[in-house]
Amino acid sequence: MAPNGEQSSDNATKASAVIEPGYTINTVSDKISSIVLGQRRRIGWFGGFTVAFLLLMMLLFAVSYLFVIGVGIWGVGIPVAWAFAIVSFVWWVGIGHAGTLISAILLLLHQKWRTSINRTAEAMTIFAVLCAGMFPLLHLGRPWLFYWLFPYPNTMWYWPQFRSPLVWDVFAVSTYLTVSLLFWFVGLIPDLATIRDRARSRFKQVVYGILAMGWRGSAVHWKRYETASLLLAGLATPLVVSVHTVVSFDFAIAILPGWHTTIFPPYFVAGAIYSGFAMVLCLAIPLRKAYGLEDFITMYHLDIMAKLLLATGSVVAYGYLMEAFMAFYSADVFEAYETQNRVDGPYRVAYWCLIIFNVLIPQALWSKRVRRSVKAIFIEALFINCAMWLERFVIIVISLHRDFMPSAWRMYGPSQWDWMTLFGSVGLFFTLFYLFIRYLPMISIYEMRELVTETANE
Amino acid sequence: MAQVFHHSTNLISRLTVYGAFVAILAAGFVPWLIDRSPYNTEQNVPREQPIPFSHRHHANELGIDCRYCHTSVEQSAFAGLPPTETCMTCHSQIWKTSPMLEPVRASFRDDRSIEWTRVNALPEFVYFDHSIHISKGIGCTTCHGPIGEMTITWAATQMKMGWCLDCHRQPEKYVRPKDQVFSISYQPPPNQLELGRRLVKEYKIYSLQDCVTCHR
Repeated sequence: MAPNGEQSSDNATKASAVIEPGYTINTVSDKISSIVLGQRRRIGWFGGFTVAFLLLMMLLFAVSYLFVIGVGIWGVGIPVAWAFAIVSFVWWVGIGHAGTLISAILLLLHQKWRTSINRTAEAMTIFAVLCAGMFPLLHLGRPWLFYWLFPYPNTMWYWPQFRSPLVWDVFAVSTYLTVSLLFWFVGLIPDLATIRDRARSRFKQVVYGILAMGWRGSAVHWKRYETASLLLAGLATPLVVSVHTVVSFDFAIAILPGWHTTIFPPYFVAGAIYSGFAMVLCLAIPLRKAYGLEDFITMYHLDIMAKLLLATGSVVAYGYLMEAFMAFYSADVFEAYETQNRVDGPYRVAYWCLIIFNVLIPQALWSKRVRRSVKAIFIEALFINCAMWLERFVIIVISLHRDFMPSAWRMYGPSQWDWMTLFGSVGLFFTLFYLFIRYLPMISIYEMRELVTETANE
Repeated sequence: MAQVFHHSTNLISRLTVYGAFVAILAAGFVPWLIDRSPYNTEQNVPREQPIPFSHRHHANELGIDCRYCHTSVEQSAFAGLPPTETCMTCHSQIWKTSPMLEPVRASFRDDRSIEWTRVNALPEFVYFDHSIHISKGIGCTTCHGPIGEMTITWAATQMKMGWCLDCHRQPEKYVRPKDQVFSISYQPPPNQLELGRRLVKEYKIYSLQDCVTCHR
């Protein structure tokens, strides 16, 4: 699936170019920076931002009420002590993974097609990790003491419980956020300098100038820049695998049927990348339409990401299969009942929706015709995003609500506050995302210039 | 094109970049200091009382045993605050007209307790029992400090959890012979660790560090 090979062999160039022909260094810079600097009012942007911001205000309300009353306002209890908060945490962290994969691993593998989507994907990663990080903190009984999770010299003379995967989570997610943020910001510096140089108003010059940190584009700057990017990519690469592995340990380390499975780490990582690419598609498809970026984010990109969905989706489907198979093969009554309870229990709708959305519907992506249809890919991606949320619901809630002792079984139902927090977090994500597309270049300008030069030489 | 920034910006940007590290460290360190300071813990701050009771006078100069007033310290969790009657055993005979002691006499007359200001307070989520500490050879002054020098009583320690754990992790650092528990002038010998290890074995002191030991 080498992009170059396909490019030369495929006659339908329309669907195979990393960037449409006819662009020069200047037109690329103009096109991307004009989105940030342009004076044109965009009703669509404003409308979208308003909706997202209202959702964010709903989150603020739900969280304030939570802080006043406590986690009792949620539907959680015993035995289902983990529900929406943890489901959404895992969902958001997973979504973040595509950004790191695109920016780090694909950079190291010299995949050119990453160029036009890496900035957006990295931004998506950071915003998703912020949403994710919020949930476990809200789920704490006393969220204002969240810093107890860190090993700092405290007056209690106690360290956090290092044997607990929940503490590993703190390290995994905070490292992930730090590295992603650095990677994103370092990548932005040359572009911020471009914007600074093109800005007309003094205010914009100063703000983008400070953010550009004195970038002049000298050869020394570029040399150091390349080194820093490679180093950060090297640092970020293990994180693609490690973060969701640690998240999966939250479950796999426990002895609960449905959680206590060795397949969890790879299965979670695949699921994370799956949902991440689905989210990238959900964002990139409307973006390219709204801002006329079809020449930069081409059908080739959508096609290749659809193929990635198919690949990671297959790993995830294999995971579902193995869970069911191991339940049968282990001959453990509790494991067997757990699987039966998924398929046939009170939450079977969630399980079957998961299988249909996540396993059956994506099979359509085998067809080239489907992969050529923007609408079809978009709808697939939406389904996958929903299904990945359901997957975590199935794993967490169905496993918890009926464990070893039937006398302790209890149904779980989310309260209105659960829903408000979930949709509020979507609002937080999109508020940040709308601000990002308005105030920062959403496609890496300098990398696109590079691409223009390279493709011109070919 | 004109320069956006004055050239002094070079210095300012360096200062802010390096200054950020200092600021982050300070942002952690200052709360760390405040948390431990007497301002927060009230350690070593004499507490004002309705009657200026002097431990120095009663326990040191007069040599009254701790248990004369704190009667339940050997049997119960709470050391016990003396009822006014305990004061009156002596003060019905001596200093009986002293204006300073009028609140004591008033309390006795009206049958109303004196409202002392608590000096050593533990949070309510902590279970603490005086009797076990006394019976395992932990002296009064180990926790309550040089009580024989306090004209107005103060808390000698900050009573943070780390302070409890210091002893619970290494009781040999503080344990003393049982006959010295109520001594207010006891000083640990130079070979405290050696003596401590012997006493820990002899008194069967277990280093209890489970959460539920104190948080029940």
